[in-house]
Amino acid sequence: MFDLWDKIQQSLHLKSQRHFTGGIVHARQYKITAHQPIITCPVPDVLIHPIKQHIGEPCEPLVKVGDRVLRGQMIAKAQGYLSVPVHASTSGTVFKIEDHTIPHPSGMGLPSIFIKADGLDEVDESLHPLPNYRSVDAVELRERIRNAGIAGLGGAVFPTFIKLVHDHHNPVETVILNGIECEPWLTNDHQLMVEKAHEIISGMDIVLHLVEAKQGIIAIEDNTLDAVEVMQKALVDMGLTELIRVQVLPTKYPQGGEKQLIQAITGKEVPAGRLPLHVGVVSFNVGTSKAIYDAVCLGEALTERIITVSGDIVEKPANMVVRLGTSMRFLLSECGVADFDNLKIIHGGPMMGELMSSIDVPVVKASNGILAMQRQTIMQAHHEEEPCIRCGDCGDVCPAALIPNLLAKHCKEDQFERAEDYQLFDCIECGACSYVCPSHIPLVHYFRYGKGQVAQIQREKTFAEESRMRSDKRDARLAQELAEKEEKRRIAQEKKEARAKALAEQEAKKAAEEVDAPKTIENKPEETS
Amino acid sequence: MDFLFPIIIFSLLALVIGVGLALASRYFHVEGDPLADTLDNLLPQTQCGQCGYPGCKPYANAVAAHEADINHCVPGGERTMLAIADIMGVEPKTIEQEATAPVVAYIREDECIGCTLCIKACPVDCIIGAPKQFHTIITDHCTGCTLCLEPCPVDCIDMIATPELLEHWSWPVPGTKRALTGEQRKTQHEGVSGEKHV
Repeated sequence: MFDLWDKIQQSLHLKSQRHFTGGIVHARQYKITAHQPIITCPVPDVLIHPIKQHIGEPCEPLVKVGDRVLRGQMIAKAQGYLSVPVHASTSGTVFKIEDHTIPHPSGMGLPSIFIKADGLDEVDESLHPLPNYRSVDAVELRERIRNAGIAGLGGAVFPTFIKLVHDHHNPVETVILNGIECEPWLTNDHQLMVEKAHEIISGMDIVLHLVEAKQGIIAIEDNTLDAVEVMQKALVDMGLTELIRVQVLPTKYPQGGEKQLIQAITGKEVPAGRLPLHVGVVSFNVGTSKAIYDAVCLGEALTERIITVSGDIVEKPANMVVRLGTSMRFLLSECGVADFDNLKIIHGGPMMGELMSSIDVPVVKASNGILAMQRQTIMQAHHEEEPCIRCGDCGDVCPAALIPNLLAKHCKEDQFERAEDYQLFDCIECGACSYVCPSHIPLVHYFRYGKGQVAQIQREKTFAEESRMRSDKRDARLAQELAEKEEKRRIAQEKKEARAKALAEQEAKKAAEEVDAPKTIENKPEETS
Repeated sequence: MDFLFPIIIFSLLALVIGVGLALASRYFHVEGDPLADTLDNLLPQTQCGQCGYPGCKPYANAVAAHEADINHCVPGGERTMLAIADIMGVEPKTIEQEATAPVVAYIREDECIGCTLCIKACPVDCIIGAPKQFHTIITDHCTGCTLCLEPCPVDCIDMIATPELLEHWSWPVPGTKRALTGEQRKTQHEGVSGEKHV
């Protein structure tokens, strides 16, 4: 195996000299679904579509209860800029629109559109295929990718169309296709690369055309060498070897993190709080690339995705094509899970995934894996927190070069300002520090708590600022009203006084006239004379 | 005569600096009390009057003038009290009254008679309506101060819990035994220090 690896490296000059700071190496044995062909999950009777499946603003439902919808029909439209629409995953009838639990650690719900499938699976033909995408206007292509509802399928679900901009001030030099599956257990991206290499590369070509980049790099880790071979072959077949190359990276977690991958490939670090575009890079997941190909060349909206279903209670772990909106209970029963009382599910991978409070949550665009574990396994994995012994292991593995033990201490003591000074918000929550901690300190949990509290304090501050402004304006208005009243009273008073004065004057005049009257009479004869 | 030089030099220096300071205090004069403004910035601006002062600003003025205690702000809670103690350079004190969960006012519009009394009472102008028309509350701006409850002649205003939003949800503190022990120790410690100063 090692000989083969060395041979490939030598022949292709693929060996990467660069790497990102920190990181850990997982045992390969957990990838039990590796090399298992992708199978198709049947369409369930009921599909549940939450109105927000991406990062950004929620969508607005376009359908009413009783409407018939087709597969790929837009059922909720994007609102605002940072938003992508939601589509029906099969044909059927909308039978209710109400709150339903979504895959989120809070266990809270969002308004969701429930569709009763009619089994016909009729496809909506409103998006025309654009196979000659090179002759299509970039604006139209972007709009197409947005209208197909595509958001990053690696798990972050950032609306993809926002990344695909050609900006003359900030040109994109490199497009990186993220074929790194660094989470243990998950194998969906690997299998997708093996089976759909042509589609993925076509999707990447569309992106290269859109952002007018000079080179494309497909990043693959050295534990999935079969994907490297397939990709190389597909590139040769399609005649794109000049434009796109494959780069093999040594396996390390969390290499699939956007900033880590960019550092490993280009050697450039994305500054804190900036987008990869700042260093001239756009990166996206292989699943997203396939979705872009489907949307542009086939005219299909995003209605399904590939998921790894695995875990120690799953009898038939598999890589599956699943319609968005499929209930996880249905999916697990398809994979041979019978005992639903004795399991916990993790949405995502074991390192960054979140424990779900319910198994009746739907599959969404962010679902890259579902791990169903026996309750017992989860309980055994839980250790009681011990004191920090300052071994420094967490700092060694942190891919963001933070000091996790200090950060956790500050978060624990509610000293969030200090935590922010130690760059709490640079933490990508990869979980490497918690994984290596010999004292079993739930470091990432503390960081999530800290981040939430900082956001809460910030919200309260903004609200207080608004309230103060409103209160000040009210005070000013009341003062003005009072002043106006005072002014009116003063004017009235003045008028009254003036009237009184005039009256007094008149009376005085009258009195004077009365006094003067005899005089005039006396004078009269003089005038006449 | 040598001893006169330093005296003259320092006298002149004192004169120049004195004039400079006098001019500075005149031309760079700051309106209002900067300390009170800083304290006002820390307060939650609910304008609820639970501290016994008619609003956040008057309370900040009173604290800045050492007339009021630092622990009277109910909605601000412990965090605000600690921040005030930090700025005023005094020992923290225990909060006398626990803050309730955040609430917003809600008008049962069917019962509203349109008397405009609540509109006049609202310190942040977040009630809209006109005489003889029913009123309603702009929930986004309501601070939950409850000042509108008292003047309402038909008692048609309810205080309801602020709806929890998904995007405002945040992770709770880890539930490990150690985290809980730390929390307990912290509250215990605060209790002891609080009793000492009350």
